[in-house]
Amino acid sequence: MPTSTEPGQPDPETTTLARGPDGRPVSDRGDTVCVIGAGASGLTAVKNLAEHGFGVDCYERETGVGGAWNWRHDRSPVYASTHLISSRPFTQFPDFPMPDHWPDYPHHSQLLSYFERYADHFDLRRHIWFGTEVVRVEPVGDDRWDVTTRSTGGYGPERTSRYAAVVIANGHNWSPKLPRYEGLEQFRGEVMHASSYKDSAQLRGKRVLVVGAGNTGCDIAVEAAQQASRCWHSTRRGYWYAPKYVFGRPADQVNDMLLALRVPLRVRQWLYHRTLRLTVGDLTRFGLPKPDHRVYETHPIANSLLVYHVGHGAIAPVPDIERFHPHSVELTDGRQIDPELVVFATGYLPRFEFLDGKILGDDEGVGRPRLWLNALVPDHPTLAVTGLLQPDSGIFTLAHWQAVLFARLLRLRANRPERAAAFAARVRAGAGERYSGQVKDSTRHWFEVGHADYLRALERALRELESK
Amino acid sequence: MRSWEWARPVRPVRREVLSAVPELEEGRPPLLFVPGFGHGAWAYAENWLGHVAARGFSAHAVSLRGHGGSDPAPEATLRAYAHDVVQVAAGLPRRAVLVGHGAGALVVAHAMARYPARAAVLVAPVLGGWATFGTAVRRNPLGTLPAVFGAGLRLNRKQLFSGELPDADARRHAARLGRAARRAQWQLLTGADPEPAVGEPPVLVLGSPDDRVVPASALTQAARRYGSAPLLFPGMGHDMMLDARWREPIDAILDWLVKDPSRDDRG
Repeated sequence: MPTSTEPGQPDPETTTLARGPDGRPVSDRGDTVCVIGAGASGLTAVKNLAEHGFGVDCYERETGVGGAWNWRHDRSPVYASTHLISSRPFTQFPDFPMPDHWPDYPHHSQLLSYFERYADHFDLRRHIWFGTEVVRVEPVGDDRWDVTTRSTGGYGPERTSRYAAVVIANGHNWSPKLPRYEGLEQFRGEVMHASSYKDSAQLRGKRVLVVGAGNTGCDIAVEAAQQASRCWHSTRRGYWYAPKYVFGRPADQVNDMLLALRVPLRVRQWLYHRTLRLTVGDLTRFGLPKPDHRVYETHPIANSLLVYHVGHGAIAPVPDIERFHPHSVELTDGRQIDPELVVFATGYLPRFEFLDGKILGDDEGVGRPRLWLNALVPDHPTLAVTGLLQPDSGIFTLAHWQAVLFARLLRLRANRPERAAAFAARVRAGAGERYSGQVKDSTRHWFEVGHADYLRALERALRELESK
Repeated sequence: MRSWEWARPVRPVRREVLSAVPELEEGRPPLLFVPGFGHGAWAYAENWLGHVAARGFSAHAVSLRGHGGSDPAPEATLRAYAHDVVQVAAGLPRRAVLVGHGAGALVVAHAMARYPARAAVLVAPVLGGWATFGTAVRRNPLGTLPAVFGAGLRLNRKQLFSGELPDADARRHAARLGRAARRAQWQLLTGADPEPAVGEPPVLVLGSPDDRVVPASALTQAARRYGSAPLLFPGMGHDMMLDARWREPIDAILDWLVKDPSRDDRG
């Protein structure tokens, strides 16, 4: 078995030399599919494509699997205390369950070992070229793709290979999104993005301002409450802070019980509000702003501890930032606070730096592709993006079914091209479709999907593919 | 979408897994044996596990919940049993071959929809349905009929073993039989058909025409469902892994695996 640093070898039989448009040599990889990234979504794409009989080359810029969940990777956003926010049945791949004896909400190191076992169990490492990054992906005629790669860090020559199809699984939680504030450049304190936050020792004894009430922001605020000398938590609006357990069971499982019974959204919202009111209580009594939206309209925040620490006075909730001064921060309500460290947990933006944005339908170049099922690209039937989702559950099940759909679609193209063409029309018609209820407009919610709605849509697409 | 898998995951239990590993790892797929109702992992440990390991495959046998050395589970369903199998299979270092015997074959068929097995082997499969029930009632009315009302399904020695097995051994094995959960037994008759298998695993069906639990017609039907014909071993009882000539079927299974059936359909 190859070790993780040993690149795999392409099958020499299928390699024939062709010439690229600019005369560079291109090795033709025949029907092989290229997968970009060996994180969770990339691994499941490799596994499902191989299972459907395709040859697969996967390029991974790091030297191990697990992508964002491998804390050794320089683009990994995880910090020492990261735990899952969706419980086990929501997070595992549907055909490779996590061990029964694991906790309901596993730690990120367990998740990494899960991906490593997944890769070994299905013998995926032989498809992966580690330490290789993708520089360019260009369409060539006949729906084929030229993929140019080089060693991570830019050493060594570039090489170009031609593939029958490409799966982009490069993740979307690594390119930090930093908001602009007036006077931030003059601010003398320390400023960091949550992506470089690794360990609570970074907060110890400091006066810390945490910006953002996503799940990361809340986690960091909770750690600051225990480590820092003071902690302010700045949020744009009021949010619903859902506990991780309700009625003695993981909260997401209780919620899915209602979904399984097909309880309508309004009733679910009412029940949710009731439950929160009875358990967490009215948050305005702590000075937290009242949420300006109903639940299910923003990405859920699962954090039992935030409210607990607010109640103990360890976290001071504050509104949005107005501007920075050299030694203080002015808030929108006119107050001035003097943090030493500002942590921006303001999220990430997707980036496909190796691909022309127009191909994914991102005409304005803002980084928001226009896809069907958040995966299939109109007019490019042999290109797919997987894992570009913000589900209210774990992402991996969804990425698994995306990969299955794409693998079946590719197989259909080979066996019944006329039916695949009909499906391509469906992709064009459905581009940009949303799979969630109404959500607040924010880059946070670009890829927001309700996992039940989304999986049902995927299921319909799979049926359509089989039946037509 | 499997809503209930999300909302009501199967309750975890402690499971007994007996293993026999070859001295030298040869990169062959591991085998996971699933016993039928009433049986535990012990049924395989008796003869087959050691033999499989001697031929260079690592062999594991799980006791479904409520059986053998696993935790009791009186309310278990087929879904919980399939969960047990998938859990153990996913815990093995490589993609496993699932081998199910009797009603364990039905459990394997369900598990195959949840786990892309490398291959599957159904030994004297009881895939449920009324024909099997009819046979069982005719052969052993006293053991079968009470099961309809929730009592344990009892199989007698004549059903399980051929005459060649020494009586003392037959008695010893029969004394170790337990029972499956009430709801799982009913699901043999009324349960839904297994969902289609994921990952297109090749499937081998084998049994005996002289089996007094599974009629030969049921074997043919089971094999046809997976697009093949059954491999027959005349003169053996239902419990092929305990019977006197236990060596023949397991050798046939291993020979089939050595040929690597998964290569055929990949071209």
